[in-house]
Amino acid sequence: MIKEIKILKQHGIQYVPDLKGAVLTPLFRGRPVIKEQPSEAETEMLIRLCPSDAIVTVGGFGIDIGKCVFCKECALACPNKIEFTNDYKIATNDLNNLIVRQGDSEIKFNEEKIRPEVRKLFKNALKLRQVSAGGDNSCEFELNASGNVNFDMGRYGIEFVASPRHADGIVITGPITENMAEALQICWDATPGPKVLILVGTDAISGGMFKNSPAVKREFLDKYPVDLYVPGNPAHPLTFINAVLRLIGK
Amino acid sequence: MKLFLETYNNTNSVDINEIPVLKYQYFANMLRSYFADSDNHCLSYYAYRKDNKLKFICAIAKDSNGKIYLSSHELDAGKIMLDSLTPEFPQLHIFEREIAENFGITFEGHPWAKPVRYPFDRADKNKVMNNYPFYRMESDQLHEVGVGPIHAGVIEPGHFRFICNGEKVLHLEIHLGYQHRGVEKLMLQNDNRLKLCILSESIGGDTAVGNALAHAQLLESLADFEAPKDLQIERCIALELERIAVHIGDTAALCTDVGYQLGQVVCEALRTTIINTTQFWCGNRFGKGLVRPFGTNYPLNDKTVEEIKKILNDSGKRYFDMAERIYSLPSVLGRFDDIGIVTTQQAYRIGAVGMAARTCNIPRDIRATHPFQYFKTHKPQVVTQEKGDVLARGMLRFLEAKESVKYIFELLAKWESIDKTNLKPDYDHKLNPDRFAVSIVEAWRGELCHFAVTDEKGNISHYKISDPSMHNWFALALAVRDQEISDFPICNKSFNLSYCGYDL
Repeated sequence: MIKEIKILKQHGIQYVPDLKGAVLTPLFRGRPVIKEQPSEAETEMLIRLCPSDAIVTVGGFGIDIGKCVFCKECALACPNKIEFTNDYKIATNDLNNLIVRQGDSEIKFNEEKIRPEVRKLFKNALKLRQVSAGGDNSCEFELNASGNVNFDMGRYGIEFVASPRHADGIVITGPITENMAEALQICWDATPGPKVLILVGTDAISGGMFKNSPAVKREFLDKYPVDLYVPGNPAHPLTFINAVLRLIGK
Repeated sequence: MKLFLETYNNTNSVDINEIPVLKYQYFANMLRSYFADSDNHCLSYYAYRKDNKLKFICAIAKDSNGKIYLSSHELDAGKIMLDSLTPEFPQLHIFEREIAENFGITFEGHPWAKPVRYPFDRADKNKVMNNYPFYRMESDQLHEVGVGPIHAGVIEPGHFRFICNGEKVLHLEIHLGYQHRGVEKLMLQNDNRLKLCILSESIGGDTAVGNALAHAQLLESLADFEAPKDLQIERCIALELERIAVHIGDTAALCTDVGYQLGQVVCEALRTTIINTTQFWCGNRFGKGLVRPFGTNYPLNDKTVEEIKKILNDSGKRYFDMAERIYSLPSVLGRFDDIGIVTTQQAYRIGAVGMAARTCNIPRDIRATHPFQYFKTHKPQVVTQEKGDVLARGMLRFLEAKESVKYIFELLAKWESIDKTNLKPDYDHKLNPDRFAVSIVEAWRGELCHFAVTDEKGNISHYKISDPSMHNWFALALAVRDQEISDFPICNKSFNLSYCGYDL
């Protein structure tokens, strides 16, 4: 007993008091910033370098963080043009807002796209069922961490539950493998409506490194509207928690 | 007649044409003489298509002298029958199954000829996830319990089918494949080798450093490149940080499953401090981006070294205090002790590797037996346990984390005394043509093996990955036999095997 009290004292207070204002280490690879338009030659080089085709050229130079695997190699190759900031609030509910352009200083939410029932029903409690469909388990780790003693998203009534029947929505990680597609569908069908659909991690949003893999089958996403895109490789717990808070209007 | 080609881990590649091609009968004889000695185990046995033929490569590791023996046999197009060697050498069971599934080969006499992962390019498309041939026992006294692919927690998918007599498990069958993403085929994208680094890191996110290192080491072997000492040390530190973080996280998970909340929350918080240190170093909590071929984007610096020392001193001590408490608490020991036993003999027979082997008193640790990077210069202490139960698997985590903390401090001291090259990564480094290379890394679960073959232009023409879980999932099935089904969760957590690393 005395040993346990000693351990508890050492343990101290672990929770992050301000989940919206916490600052991550400077090297954390969050929202990219385009400081200056890369030249044509540089753009060509970056397109060849980028492992996940995240460089956008239509409508000027941009980086699609729904495709980006956050390796930062583009910023290392063109340090005067691109940098990765430690801004972890990089989620949005609108796929178009995932493309970062020169002059952008935040990833914007599209308030108009949020369904009214989402805020009405889930503001004070949101129970989620997670489905890993080819995830490499780093996103799964971070989702677990979102509820742990440090990040404790339970304080806002957000929680992962064991059964889709108890859930208000589904959180998908991974590029959605063909072998998991049917189980995902069954899980979605078993979740009572109204429900939310959240994609966590670059693999889930765009297929990431696996978008051209013949082992992946993403038709599920053609059928249902997505309420939230949470980029990252993996998505940091703070990214996920802030994204959900923003969605439910907290 | 030459039966095999000798090579070592983390060294130059070999000429693919120098690997002896044996008649199947001689190949079997060769295995017979090797596996008679428990000092040898199969790293991987796989096949690939080459000029209308099917080429089978077998890599055997000898623990006492650090050698790797490479041998092969071939099968002409159209031939699909081979005698199974599994009845004689059970450790080959999973590899023969994998070859059968990929190429439609029938291994006659295989006692457990079942699909492995239903890859997209499997030989028989009529075999689908939904009709996996589960083992059945016909009796109105018994019942079956199916769990998954989606589990109660936030974890990866897999299906477990139990046959139970009351509460007692008679048999567990593990059906995987849900995570199959086609990684091995994607590893042949020669247009941009940065892709291969990122793919390696996502073979398993909990082993990002291990897999990235296995890949980097493989390319360096194919280019006859030896990493300078500072780079070697940095890689070893990153690998050991990954080991410590997972071991602490798994300790938390074990505590969760037996309802010891203090152990759970303390270990969760301590794991956070370790992965945040990795994040401080390279910007990613899992070490993605840290290990690259031929150099690194994140060389150690004084600030990072100071942070690592501070965190390991503090969190290390706190974890050891916590672990000592966990493993002396009667209510916890009551749930861990004598539960889920795998015997030494079973572990040898199934070819268990890594942690699963070491908890059964088999000192199999690639860092010591087939050292790579700085482990060649400075060998770590191999930790073993005797009983092969949940307690042994928990204790091993504690003791290994302790060794790794000590080892990192030794590496840091060495790092401080040497000149730094600070080499940058190279994604266009030319690889030697017509070579074969093997790269093994002892990550926290066990040995990760990456193999590659280059063509006449120096492009990668075949890539093979073997996760330690290939060997070890069967150990979990054995561990729960005759256990109460309610003990399955702690047995499963105590192994913490990889789904995505196995499914690829």
